[in-house]
Amino acid sequence: MPTKPTGTLYRGKTGMWSWVLHRITGLSIFFFLLVHTLDTALVRLDPAAYNEVIATYKTPIIGVAELGLVVAILFHALNGVRIILIDFWRKGAKYQNVMFWIVVAVAFVLFLGFAPRHIMHILEYIQAGK
Amino acid sequence: MVTIETPRSPRNRKSANREKWAWLFMRASGVVLIVLIFGHLFINLFTGDGIKAIDFAFVAGKWANPFWQVWDTLMLWLALIHGTNGMRTLVNDYAEREGWRKSLNFSLWTICILLIVLGTLVTTTFDPCPDTSVVSALPQFCSK
Ligand code: HEM
Ligand code: HEM
Repeated sequence: MPTKPTGTLYRGKTGMWSWVLHRITGLSIFFFLLVHTLDTALVRLDPAAYNEVIATYKTPIIGVAELGLVVAILFHALNGVRIILIDFWRKGAKYQNVMFWIVVAVAFVLFLGFAPRHIMHILEYIQAGK
Repeated sequence: MVTIETPRSPRNRKSANREKWAWLFMRASGVVLIVLIFGHLFINLFTGDGIKAIDFAFVAGKWANPFWQVWDTLMLWLALIHGTNGMRTLVNDYAEREGWRKSLNFSLWTICILLIVLGTLVTTTFDPCPDTSVVSALPQFCSK
């Protein structure tokens, strides 16, 4: 009978989930960047068109999506550091599990610092009656 | 069809080297991107009025300073190459047919190059006071 794998880097547990999350966040940021390069390019074509498009970034729905984008960036970037440490630091693989939880905790704290302020900006924009 | 080489077959030096450089690039660019993207989000979403303040004038204000032009251009190149190379890994993992895999990767790099050219033109040729006379160059039927 095969026994349940335990404590490996890649099957089950944090090792695997961090990999899945790293993939999904990388993929999402990539697609955002494709759109974002195009919307920024409007700045070179027509100021009014740019203002119109960037105004959609301030609506409640996109505003919430931006919170998601920031979460994705925070996780992908910090977990990227974890991956680099696993590769280059002698004790990296040993501490990969602890480092995963540090990544989650730091991302969470940074998100808590950011979210209320962003939500406030979105609410103020709605109140301004735009 | 995915072919697996026999275990003792000699390594293809050239492609092994290329993979090594790609691997290193992902790590090096990642470290730099943390600074660039965190800085970008901090300035554009957090400081001042955040997202509310962003419009053409905001961008013009930033790009009046070559510092932000260089910042954004570097971020553009690194994020696109890093992202596209990461997407290549996903394609290689999930595209099962060789022809499909090759054409997906070809499309990814084509898009990457086009966007780098476009974005670089945008940051380097930006004009805060666009020529209003282009309006008069419109065909007559535009002015009702
Ligand atoms: C909701 C979040 C974001 C907002 C509101 C935003 C806003 C902007 C604005 C206003 C510009 C114009 C120039 C400047 O301000 O520096 C810009 C340019 C740029 N942004 Fe963002 N950005 C966001 C997220 C991101 C993310 C996550 C990335 C990276 C993956 C990114 C990459 C870029 C790049 C590469 C440029 C330069 C584009 C070019 O060269 O044409 N941005 N962004
Ligand atoms: C913010 C700083 C970032 C850091 C520190 C970072 C770090 C990393 C690292 C270390 C890898 C693993 C490479 C490997 O396994 O060989 C990776 C993969 C990847 N990154 Fe990033 N990255 C960052 C930003 C980005 C951005 C802006 C994008 C999208 C435009 C992106 C998209 C991807 C993708 C699609 C992968 C492949 C995921 C996989 O193979 O499962 N990353 N990143």
